[in-house]
Amino acid sequence: MTATTANAPATPKKASRLNRFDSPWLNSKFIAGLCMVGFAVLLGLIGPLFWDVTLARVASSPLNLPPIWAHPEGFPPPDPAHPLGTESSGRDMLAVLITGTPRSLMVGFIAAGIGLLVGITLGFLAGFKGGWIDAVIRTLCDAVIVIPSLLVLIVISSYVRQVDIVQMALLLALFAWAFPTRVIRAQALSMRERGYVRMARLSGASTFTIMYREMMPNMLPYLAASFSGAVSGAILAATSLEALGLGPTRIPTLGMTIFYSIRAAAILRGMWWWWGFPILMLMLIFTGFFMIATGLDEIANPRLRGLKAG
Amino acid sequence: MRGLTKEYVIRRLFMYVLTIWLGSTLIFLIPRLVPGDPIAAMVTRMQQQAGYVENSAEIIAAWRARFGLDAPLSIQYLRFLRNSVTLDLGYSLTQFPTKVTEQISKSLPWTIGLLALATVISFILGNTIGALMAWRRTPRAVKSLLPLSLTFTSVPFFMLGILLLYVFAFGLKWFPVGGGYGRGVTMGLNLEFIGSALYHAVLPALAIIISSMGFWALGMRGMMITTAGEDYMVLADAKALTPARIFWGYGVRNSILPQVTALALALGGIVGGAVLVEYIFSYPGMGYLLYQGIVNNDYTIIQGVVFILILTTATAVLILDLLYPFVDPRISYQRR
Repeated sequence: MTATTANAPATPKKASRLNRFDSPWLNSKFIAGLCMVGFAVLLGLIGPLFWDVTLARVASSPLNLPPIWAHPEGFPPPDPAHPLGTESSGRDMLAVLITGTPRSLMVGFIAAGIGLLVGITLGFLAGFKGGWIDAVIRTLCDAVIVIPSLLVLIVISSYVRQVDIVQMALLLALFAWAFPTRVIRAQALSMRERGYVRMARLSGASTFTIMYREMMPNMLPYLAASFSGAVSGAILAATSLEALGLGPTRIPTLGMTIFYSIRAAAILRGMWWWWGFPILMLMLIFTGFFMIATGLDEIANPRLRGLKAG
Repeated sequence: MRGLTKEYVIRRLFMYVLTIWLGSTLIFLIPRLVPGDPIAAMVTRMQQQAGYVENSAEIIAAWRARFGLDAPLSIQYLRFLRNSVTLDLGYSLTQFPTKVTEQISKSLPWTIGLLALATVISFILGNTIGALMAWRRTPRAVKSLLPLSLTFTSVPFFMLGILLLYVFAFGLKWFPVGGGYGRGVTMGLNLEFIGSALYHAVLPALAIIISSMGFWALGMRGMMITTAGEDYMVLADAKALTPARIFWGYGVRNSILPQVTALALALGGIVGGAVLVEYIFSYPGMGYLLYQGIVNNDYTIIQGVVFILILTTATAVLILDLLYPFVDPRISYQRR
């Protein structure tokens, strides 16, 4: 995002720095969200340097250890070697988090990346060209949005069963394009008749140049917001599939860990650390992306900004 | 029929058919396009478990005939379409003589009941909260408390469901850990059954309500801010209408329109999320049936459940779309 800060709508530099909204990109929600997602990314990147990731394998650690600060009845005493505890097949929870988090994020980023690319192409095409192209794309988009995509994905992955992360991401991308397309189309439609677009058209710029040079930079907050929405949507779908036991089975992803814990009745056995940590991690990721999207909304739409005070 | 133009109805009906067609084509086609023959694999898997299925050979034969394995893809597809239109979803693989439609008709009312209840409550609650957040006259104390209700906005239904299950069913033991109604309660239209069913629905419904109402609240807040700047709001103030009248009749009435559209768009996601909630709470609806289908490799059940849920969602969206012109009379004049 550093690159975009430079070409953000040029607010005149005021003498005092008292005004927090000097640059709209310094939005507190946006930054808090970035920090949350950044933490999850860093955990996956730096975690393996500090923690033995092979402990995420089955039977690599003692069973059913609680986290070090907890002393629940009926469980062995906690072991400092496994700070977040272990589960019933001998996986260390910290190692599971370190290996599982980046995989969930990766699925989300790949699927959302494809979705956004398709969305930009189709959305601009529909909004800018109009006519029958617009009608076809809009109709298709609306139909795809209504279909409960998770269910279709359940059917597909229950047939396929063995999927790896990239295949999973490709499957998710099948539905990840519809919402971005809708948003981008609406924006393109409203921008089409603005002064600078007309100006560019009058000066003989090609459609391509107008779309990508003139309109796209102005849509940046919307694009980023739909990207972060698409990432969390894809992670949600992936986690849901995994929680039903339909994910990549060999790798302990966060959703898969939740599935194992449900299957082993961990909730009713009081082993909250088994499902609690993966859920906490995912909540952090979802809340992070959500705050990024909300923050970007406020950046793009000044009317929403700073109303809380009023 | 004020508000409903012929053109609008036809367009919506077309979208309805298109949605269902697209959804069912996807669930037919993609499993057949991926490498490997899913049906052959399925038959092998069935034969492996066939030890305890009495008339397994019969089922396999019936299955082969049902799908017309030897027929070319296009013929298979046409058959699939015909069966879908006539709602002939075949037999359950694991419980052979039962028809898929029979099982679904037992589960569907539970899902529709839970979803309708949870969605309506969450929609009303969320929109009210959102409107109050943007309303100038909301008391300070209330205003500072409202954002708390948004805490779980982005948490998926089923994860919140696990948390609720742990706290209120395992920890505090206030609510049952699962199921749709108490043991020993006979199903029927009596108070005991309805009470028991509602009692069992509290946690699953809460999971959906708490995590979806923030979505409505945020959308409503944005709309209310826009509406608050309109001239008619100033006029209403100048006419000294009661604040309640201005709030509901002018503010909310005008801000709610995009929210109805948003509801139609979000319904697919809500249905998908509810499926997982039912699985977490072993709630006897479509989600639980679907999970059993996945566990037992019961492909007719999986396909049947998903097809019916796509049909139900599309129907709900169609109803919303057809009601929309009554909520927003402008739509009938406007050609989009």
